Amino acid sequence: MIELENVAYSYGGGELFSDLDLSLQPGSFHFLTGPSGAGKTTLLKLCYGELVATAGDVRLFGDDVRGMDRDKVALARRRIGVVHQDCRFLDHLPVAENIALPLTVSGRSSEGSDIDDLMAWVGLTRQADQLPPELSGGERQRAALARAVIMSPEVIIADEPTGNIDWEMSQRLLALLVELNRMGKAVLIATHDLTLIRAAKAQVQARVLRLKDRRLVAAGADL
Amino acid sequence: MAALLAGDKMADRAVPPTGFTARLTVFTAAAMAFLAVFALALSLATGRLADRWAEELARTSTLRISAPEGQQEAQTRAALSVLETTPGISAARALSEEETRALLEPWFGPDLPVETLPIPQLIEIVEAGEGYDATGLRARLQAEVPGAVLDDHTRWREPLVDAAGRLRALGVFALLLIAGSTGAMITLAAQAALAANEQVIRVLRLVGAQDSYIARAFVRRFTLRALTGALAGTAAGMLGIFLLPEADAAGGFLTGLGFRGAGWLLPLLIPPLAALVAFAATRSAALRVLRAAS
Repeated sequence: MIELENVAYSYGGGELFSDLDLSLQPGSFHFLTGPSGAGKTTLLKLCYGELVATAGDVRLFGDDVRGMDRDKVALARRRIGVVHQDCRFLDHLPVAENIALPLTVSGRSSEGSDIDDLMAWVGLTRQADQLPPELSGGERQRAALARAVIMSPEVIIADEPTGNIDWEMSQRLLALLVELNRMGKAVLIATHDLTLIRAAKAQVQARVLRLKDRRLVAAGADL
Repeated sequence: MAALLAGDKMADRAVPPTGFTARLTVFTAAAMAFLAVFALALSLATGRLADRWAEELARTSTLRISAPEGQQEAQTRAALSVLETTPGISAARALSEEETRALLEPWFGPDLPVETLPIPQLIEIVEAGEGYDATGLRARLQAEVPGAVLDDHTRWREPLVDAAGRLRALGVFALLLIAGSTGAMITLAAQAALAANEQVIRVLRLVGAQDSYIARAFVRRFTLRALTGALAGTAAGMLGIFLLPEADAAGGFLTGLGFRGAGWLLPLLIPPLAALVAFAATRSAALRVLRAAS
């Protein structure tokens, strides 16, 4: 579904990483770790077409990103659910409308969709009419996850999804991601949270990758 | 365009309302529409004036007879006789003393003793069909009425019609300038709105919105604002024109500035045209900004 082959990314005259290979297939579960500034967020952006690699090939659902126009990238993004570190909501719209946004922009009506079930699934039924700034950190992360999965995407990419929430909430979020993975979705999570990785590995066959010294390598057995 | 008019409630809501660009667009459209109504009225009035001058002056000529004392009457009769037998002339008549006095009154006042002055006799000629052969008529008059000078108005008709035509062209040019200025102002307002909503655009893109969807949200908003402003401006302009004094013979050009009959329908084209200009300007600005932001 998403494949990176010999990918390099440079900016400001420096190379962030190179010779990087990654393949996200249906039902796969990957964690991406590494020190701050190693390029985890950049790598995720390459995976959903927000950035274009300076070398190597990135294929989204079989198409080379370099050959895709903006509309085609937009169509590919509808097949990828992204949970951003800062959540990125439209602050003037209620939570329910933010969650339904992927449906709206793709011309599909939110009526008749499973939005109510989805809101209940992430535990935000009571917050449906609130504005995003009124939500707590954990509620925002869950709302972001709900928005990421409302189109029933084939891939879910999350950037530090537990960065702003407590342990209990992060476990709840992980449970949602594991459930989606069991439904056949490919999951890629960038995180510093080792307890989250360990908890996930106890539930699913997760592969842990580490970005270090400009290379992507399998993490040690301790993870 | 149909989709634009029908609208997409959610797409409209995706972009937050922005106060100053909304007010700027409505005000600009209203002001420009108001000016456009007057430019249109000017253009139509000058058009009517040019047509009227051309028509009236083209259908009439004047024969001026300056004969020595005692011969004026005989030469006038001879001239009328020549004119009556000239093909292409439907009527010819000598102006009375009262009519001559009335023509001179604006320059010399009402008490001018016309009968004591050596004023030439004027004969008004009204053409028929394709008109007469001026060269042939001049030759006949030279032979039979030596004191007659034929003036077919060409000499002063052309500059008048030309001036009116230029005024009409100026009116059309003013309309084009107004349309261009409206487009430029709305482009600036749209660019400001796009810049203010950079974060919104980023979020929309990340959830899979195509550029056309994002542009549509802005374009619809600005088009409707321009339409609203232009409706108000046009209504105010039409009211202003309606309240102008009625045209009369003494009023001249200025009191003739207005619309006649079906001409009152023409200003109603201004609001949809303003909306069209806003649509084109915003769409172009939005797609340009979105292209640059990718």
